Amino acid sequence: MEFFTISLLNGISYGLLLFMLSSGLTLIFSMMGVLNFAHASFYMLGAYFAFTTTQVVGYWPALVVAPMLVALIGAAFEKYALRRVHKFGHVPELLITFGLSFIILEMVQLIWGTSAADYRVPGSLDGPLFTLYGTQFPTYRGFMMLVAILMLIALWLVLTRTRIGLVIQAALTHPETVEALGHNVPRVFMLVFGAGAALAGLAGVIGGNAFVTEPGMAGAVGPVIFVVVVVGGMGSLAGAFIASLLIGVIQTFAVGTDSSLLGAAASIGWNITPETFGYPLWKLKISQVAPILPYLFLVLMLIFRPKGLLGTREG
Amino acid sequence: MSAVPQQIEKTAASAAGVAPAITRYYEFKPFNVGRWIIWTLFALVLAAAPLVFTSSLSHTMLSQIGIAIIVCLSYNMLLGQGGMLSFGHAVYSGLGAFLAIHALNLVSKGGLAIPVSLIPIVGGLAGMFFAVVFGWVTTKKAATPFAMITLGIGELVAAMSLMFPEFFGGEGGVSGNRVTGPAPLGITFGPQIQLYYLIALYTFVCTALMFAFTRTPLGRMLNAVRDNPERVEFVGYDTQKVRYLAFIIAAFFAGISGGLAALNFEIVTSEVVSGGRSGAYLLFTFLGGATFFFGPIIGATLMVVAFVFLSELTKAWLLYLGLVFLFMVMYAPGGIASLIMMNLRVAAFGRLRELWVSYLALAATALIVLLGAAAMIEMVYHLKLNAALGPELRFLGTTLNAYSVNSWFGSVFVMLTGLGLFEVTRRHFVRQWGEIQEFIEKEIKRRESL
Amino acid sequence: MSAVPDSINRTVPYTARAGATSASQLGAMPAYALELKDLRKSFGKTEIIRGANLAVNAGERIAVIGPNGAGKSTLFNLISGRFAPTSGEVLLNGQRINGKRPFEINRLGLSRSFQITNIFPKLSVFENLRCGVLWSLGYRYTFLKFLADLHDANDRAEQLLDMIKLHRKRDVLAINLTYAEQRALEIGITIAGGASVILLDEPTAGMSKSETRRFIDLIKEVTVGKTLLTVEHDMGVVFGLADKIAVVVYGEVIAFDRPGAVRANARVQEAYLGSHVADAQVGAH
Repeated sequence: MEFFTISLLNGISYGLLLFMLSSGLTLIFSMMGVLNFAHASFYMLGAYFAFTTTQVVGYWPALVVAPMLVALIGAAFEKYALRRVHKFGHVPELLITFGLSFIILEMVQLIWGTSAADYRVPGSLDGPLFTLYGTQFPTYRGFMMLVAILMLIALWLVLTRTRIGLVIQAALTHPETVEALGHNVPRVFMLVFGAGAALAGLAGVIGGNAFVTEPGMAGAVGPVIFVVVVVGGMGSLAGAFIASLLIGVIQTFAVGTDSSLLGAAASIGWNITPETFGYPLWKLKISQVAPILPYLFLVLMLIFRPKGLLGTREG
Repeated sequence: MSAVPQQIEKTAASAAGVAPAITRYYEFKPFNVGRWIIWTLFALVLAAAPLVFTSSLSHTMLSQIGIAIIVCLSYNMLLGQGGMLSFGHAVYSGLGAFLAIHALNLVSKGGLAIPVSLIPIVGGLAGMFFAVVFGWVTTKKAATPFAMITLGIGELVAAMSLMFPEFFGGEGGVSGNRVTGPAPLGITFGPQIQLYYLIALYTFVCTALMFAFTRTPLGRMLNAVRDNPERVEFVGYDTQKVRYLAFIIAAFFAGISGGLAALNFEIVTSEVVSGGRSGAYLLFTFLGGATFFFGPIIGATLMVVAFVFLSELTKAWLLYLGLVFLFMVMYAPGGIASLIMMNLRVAAFGRLRELWVSYLALAATALIVLLGAAAMIEMVYHLKLNAALGPELRFLGTTLNAYSVNSWFGSVFVMLTGLGLFEVTRRHFVRQWGEIQEFIEKEIKRRESL
Repeated sequence: MSAVPDSINRTVPYTARAGATSASQLGAMPAYALELKDLRKSFGKTEIIRGANLAVNAGERIAVIGPNGAGKSTLFNLISGRFAPTSGEVLLNGQRINGKRPFEINRLGLSRSFQITNIFPKLSVFENLRCGVLWSLGYRYTFLKFLADLHDANDRAEQLLDMIKLHRKRDVLAINLTYAEQRALEIGITIAGGASVILLDEPTAGMSKSETRRFIDLIKEVTVGKTLLTVEHDMGVVFGLADKIAVVVYGEVIAFDRPGAVRANARVQEAYLGSHVADAQVGAH
């Protein structure tokens, strides 16, 4: 029972983190039609900036400073590089963000080295939030969920209640009309790209110390959020939300489950030996399969419901 | 391809059951000398290369270049010809390699009686098989979702490589021995040079086949799907089927490349299906030029040379590569091949000579910028990675001190000066280039109306 | 300019080729070339096409007119398979085609052009036309034959090139043509496969008066013997080209008759001119 509850809470917090990342990605995609391959790299940058800021001034300022730095980098990239390739089509846009992810990876390794950075949870947030049946639920996870929820509420409020949010919503579907009405749409694009980068950076600030902060972190979480976006339906924020939680929860459960088909067979008296055909499949533990679950999800979704859970836009 | 004028009668009319109205179209098809020359030259280069570059390092590199050419051309079938950006092409070349090496081991144990020279075909068939399985799901979508799906499936296979050590060999990979089985005419493929000629043969044949593909109905409809997938449906073709078939064919050639790699290195590790490998294919095919058939050949050569030489020259080579790629996407999305062709076009109109000075100036100023930037990058790398050796490093014949202000100031100064000069030469070049392009457009119009 | 070669006009209908049975083959009343039965289409809660009915005989030239936003392009999209109708039927030579995918409909003998030019930009003019021809000649997805050896496909592409008068621009990339040339190429691709029912969506959009006149002559030439539906706004073109006119207003076909009758139709006048003026006009006769 405790395993279930704790895993569920952990899964939700991981899913919320995934949603923080995929929401920025979906926003950028919906508005500009660009799938930002470097989004996970912004996540990584956020974590590393937070690491350095924490060492210099402390953790709490990092929550503000790191996302802002990432936002600046994102906005600058949009203005000086991405804007130039809009006219070439979607493939070059994807390629240039791919190039950016490559460069960010190299720069991170250059500045911070190739091994994991010792980015720690701050002391005030360390320790258990509560204890359920003997298993602890870390305070920091609760903090992560809090930040994620606050951020999402703020995002929703900005999009629906402010003027700039209204302009952004309009430019999501009709950028030329919005421009004809006198709004500086290129600047709006830059703003959205920067904001998306900031969201990813913030996710990096709170996720980098809960999980790991190393150069490989972008490559680890990047494909997962792209899967989330495709599974949720490209361009749908609600779909991304559901898909993030689903994948977060399922993967967390899977990582903690050590049973395998072999065990299941044994429990009904069926003895599987190394000679049995397909033994490698039988002895696979679910925890070993956990890393590929999102991709299996992707394949199944594509077979049975290609437009995703709540898809509205084609790629 | 005959030199006589041909008279073509319309026989299609008779299919409609109407008395044929004969319209004669005279076609003059001159003997296509140019094409025969190019292919003969290609074959000659492949055959003669190891005789010109005789060191064993060269032979290894030439073998790798041959393998890379096949896989990059197959990748361009998707990217350049089909408009399909795949982030997971290494899956098919890699799985081809794995099945090839397992087949090789079976041959060694006596369980399979095929000659070593046909092992790459096993790889090709494996690639094809997996493309039939994965490709149906992959090609259900187009453009951006397609790219994401290839990424997902690439990660799926890469992750699976850790789950099934029996097939993927775990950390150490799967090894094999290519000196096995019957040795016809005394050719055992033990020495590198023998293997090179096998690779060269496969390279020539595969290149010819892939080129032929571009001249078939499926190849042309693939281009049409790239240009306008919606319109293709309205002329009677199922777009998904075109993509699916092209995907399978591309995977076949990728698998052959994997099989050759298995023979070449005699070991296959899970790196061959990794995302990094897929990324490399993408990067270098694009650098070489996706819009021309021979572009990936340039890209493949660059790939091997970069991995072998550049990585020795400087630790920052991946960063340089990324920067070059970025600038290529922004300023020359057609790759090196398009740059060559654009200049060939200028030469065909007789205006190339004027550009030489500009090109020289551009190159010189760019070099200055590069020197300054590289000095700084090298100093940072030195500080990070070679800190134990002290703050001094040798850079192109001079000694830099990573801690001294002089070195830094000097580098920045050189770089900024170079940037300024580059900008001046660039503007001049752009004006010149624009004027030449206008001239060419006018010439074309003039010749059209003759 | 030579007469349209007979091979372009398929006297053997696609339906027979595809093996489908049409009403005519069963010995019943000959089927209409194109028939719409109570066709409806909603996007979300908005119903755009609200019960359209139409019956077109083979070989007729129909102009589809109506105020902006009436749903003319949507009708074409429904007929050609770009969208699936919410309810109702579309029959091509007696065979139901609603809900089929565009390429299935095209293979049954219906072809359409687009209001916004929809060609293959990086292929040459000749290649564009040849792509339009390949399936109809049975070449499918083959990669074992060379394009250069497909004499019938190449011949047909050459004929089309002559018909749309772009033989001078044979090897020019489609993206480099002028607007009017691209529109001509658009028509060329549409008729390339020899379909018996042709839908042209505002073929002369954006053209000058003289270009329009020449273009209409071209259309008349290349669609001899075919069933033609064209969306048009230019009334001079409409009255000169069409055998019958279909008037679409608010997603319904409110009139379908010869040009003279339509001009006098009260409902049509009301739709275009407003009820007061229509009453006055009727009163004046």
